[in-house]
Amino acid sequence: MSVNFEEKIKKYRTAPFDARFPNTNQTRNCYQNYLDYHRCNKVLSAKNQKTTPCEWYRRVYKSICPMAWVQKWDEQLQSGTFAGRI
Amino acid sequence: MAHPSQLGFQDAASPVMEELLHFHDHTLMIVFLISTLVLYIIVAMVTTKLTDKLILDSQVIEIIWTLLPAMILILIALPSLRILYLMDEINDPHLTIKAMGHQWYWSYEYTDYEDLGFDSYMIPTQDLAPGQFRLLETDHRMVVPLNSPTRILISADDVLHSWAVPSLGIKMDAVPGRLNQTAFITSRPGVFFGQCSEICGANHSFMPIVVEAVPLEHFENWSSMMLQDT
Repeated sequence: MSVNFEEKIKKYRTAPFDARFPNTNQTRNCYQNYLDYHRCNKVLSAKNQKTTPCEWYRRVYKSICPMAWVQKWDEQLQSGTFAGRI
Repeated sequence: MAHPSQLGFQDAASPVMEELLHFHDHTLMIVFLISTLVLYIIVAMVTTKLTDKLILDSQVIEIIWTLLPAMILILIALPSLRILYLMDEINDPHLTIKAMGHQWYWSYEYTDYEDLGFDSYMIPTQDLAPGQFRLLETDHRMVVPLNSPTRILISADDVLHSWAVPSLGIKMDAVPGRLNQTAFITSRPGVFFGQCSEICGANHSFMPIVVEAVPLEHFENWSSMMLQDT
């Protein structure tokens, strides 16, 4: 499973079609993947496991989210003012 | 790109735009035929000295001029819906680009691998080189690889803008706080121009869009070069 995952990450070109967000508005797609990355990190770190699977969410949100949004959210996370539930 | 005294659309640079062009030709031909017929009938009615005093109704012609328009409308609707669904098809893009609208310039982000971002300002008229196009050229172009399905996500930093490139058949509003997705494939190499299409302040007319479609190796060289510069 992890070998397949590493292959998947190596062959990553761009965020694939996500059936949860089939329409024009991709705002939630970006936000969801950002949340999922940080949640994945939090959960796996709490269990003292490697956070490699979280890399997928990071690649997707990096592809989709505008850099300004990511920067803003990262700053909010650091200062503890991020509104999402992580 | 647009030409002076242009009547029709710009040459298509993507398969979707080609379809739209053909559909437009088909529908406009129907419109011309109907208009010619109606104009002929009007002229014939107005210029005849004959009168039929006994005509009251006619079932036959009523049926004809009900069924015929219905069939014509179906003839227009079917290709229209075909293109609508074609544009809506699930595509598997090879590349994602983000276009952010600002007052008054666009910025493009290519973040699939590295974080490449740059601004694209219009070249002022006094700084144009000979042969360049007034109010259309920009200092940095959005370069895309040829024949490659590309996803473009459009948003804005401040007020409403709209990212439009007629030869690709794309227009999508740039809304602050929202990420609008559209996709395209460039079917021929070239430089394609567009302009901001939502009023956004004083310099709304002076924030153009330039898309340059090049072969893949050229795109890779360009993106490496841009990464080094920024």
